[in-house]
Amino acid sequence: MKTENPIRGRSHVYGDDIDTDRIIPGKYTKTLELSQLAEHVLEDLDPEFRARVEVGDILVAGHNFGCGSSREQAPLALKAAGVGAVVAKSFARIFYRNAINIGLPAVEVPEHDIGTGAILNVRLTDGVVIDERSGKRFRATKMPEVMVDILQAGGLANYLKERGGYGPFSTEQNRTP
Amino acid sequence: MGQTIAEKIISRHAGATVQAGDIAVVDVDGTMATDATAPFAIRAFREMGGTGLWDPERVSLVLDHATPAPNERVGNLHRLMREFASETGCTLYDVGEGICHQLMVEKGHVRPGDIFLGADSHTPTYGALGAFAVGVGSTDMAAVMLTGKTWLKVPQTVRIELTGELQPGVEPKDIILFLVGKLGIAGATYEAIEFAGEAVDTLSLAGRMTLANMVAEMGAKAALVDTRTLPSSYPFTPTAADEDAAYRAVHTFEISGLRPQISLPHAPDKVVAIDSALGTEVQSAFIGSCTNGRLEDLHAAAAVLQDRHVAPGVRLTIAPASRQVFNAAVRDGTVAILSAAGASFITSGCGPCVGTHQGVPGDGEVVISSSNRNFRGRMGNPRASIYLASPTVVAAAALTGKIVDPAEVLAEQGSP
Repeated sequence: MKTENPIRGRSHVYGDDIDTDRIIPGKYTKTLELSQLAEHVLEDLDPEFRARVEVGDILVAGHNFGCGSSREQAPLALKAAGVGAVVAKSFARIFYRNAINIGLPAVEVPEHDIGTGAILNVRLTDGVVIDERSGKRFRATKMPEVMVDILQAGGLANYLKERGGYGPFSTEQNRTP
Repeated sequence: MGQTIAEKIISRHAGATVQAGDIAVVDVDGTMATDATAPFAIRAFREMGGTGLWDPERVSLVLDHATPAPNERVGNLHRLMREFASETGCTLYDVGEGICHQLMVEKGHVRPGDIFLGADSHTPTYGALGAFAVGVGSTDMAAVMLTGKTWLKVPQTVRIELTGELQPGVEPKDIILFLVGKLGIAGATYEAIEFAGEAVDTLSLAGRMTLANMVAEMGAKAALVDTRTLPSSYPFTPTAADEDAAYRAVHTFEISGLRPQISLPHAPDKVVAIDSALGTEVQSAFIGSCTNGRLEDLHAAAAVLQDRHVAPGVRLTIAPASRQVFNAAVRDGTVAILSAAGASFITSGCGPCVGTHQGVPGDGEVVISSSNRNFRGRMGNPRASIYLASPTVVAAAALTGKIVDPAEVLAEQGSP
């Protein structure tokens, strides 16, 4: 499954430091059933979210989204609940990698004032998030090329399958300024 | 330009000289997943077309997060892991052997200078051995099982120098809680943290593991504790940073005056000196986890609880970090002291800390725990409150039913 570009959806906005226990409590993570994860997504943060979220909606947050555990069940639960992308001022490291690895676009937008219920247009290749009603444009941080490739392959599993491994890799090409 | 420890280790594994900010593909020395992360890793491994492991000797699966299985669903995930291990020939640590991070160090799966990817966020614990050990999710771990490689961004490094000497009753846990409070929950996101200085030189391996363990609570990618003074049972060549290495920041803290620290609900970085939390009543106390479930942690609790009993209305639960730790504590009499004091010993593993089972608090209850996280709902109930502290402080709270200065109960005990 390839990641769609652009991504368009309605925003649900939360604050800073949303930890993985609030994205999916540890007691629900011991399963391979994605629907069971989706049932409990954000349960301790916003018990109404599950009922309100529609396929393609966009989760918006402040700084350090996804801090805490390494559980990949966190982005998996969001994706299974229909979330089309997560936009945050910054991400915790493991959540960010996990989201990209499972093909859930995680877009770092260091400055935004997006409100709940906005219609967002996320353009991954342009690196911009547009609030359609207000017309405001928010700039996204540029992703390393390897992450863009993984996301475009639909996740790390497909990326490795298509390439048969990491293949020849240039540190220079991926050097960040 | 000089290199940090992280830059040196990554350069060796990338076959090229790298610096902070570079992205490199590196050879990985070892990988590990638990029953919380292995099932999805096995699924991702299959999706990648994986059949055989890159190197079965370098892959471990550990059953520790929900052990013994609390229900049939988990029982089946455990079965899946056992079958995968027997099929691929990787190492399996079954129920009760211990917590993954304790086992990787105890059983020699990780060595100084290694790059290790663990599918658990507290993998930086092996920084106690001077390994560049990084927590990842299931899919990244699966990619290592398949290829023996990963891609990573070379992190900037924060150097923390610790001077002075801890007072009696103050422990490595208090140092790391203090630092988490100072730097904050995102204070070192994407970065490596080097620990050095005279106060580090005197720490045991267990103390160094406690220190490295909670860099996860600052968002860090890895911890690198100075190995030039590491007590080790085998010879190795320490990796030290160059004099002119470039750091994002250097902090120096004098710890001689450090008081016992407490992390208040509901975030690990809400840290205060114990004096601001004295008198807080607790109903449940937990000693264990990859942060503080080792032999010297049990000794610290026994020093408080010898010939005494936990307060009426308080439950004290202890999960030794591994079977080896438990057996040592049985042999030296520590288990007898703690059991006579009213402690319940449970299977070596993560259960209570991660809220899976074995000690889920009731509504409105207060827990004091030697573990690493106190997010709302962490121990399985979003209507409970969790305070984090050292094993000594937890034992003293179990004894009296409230948060007290451990120096007082130790003085009454006749110990220093």
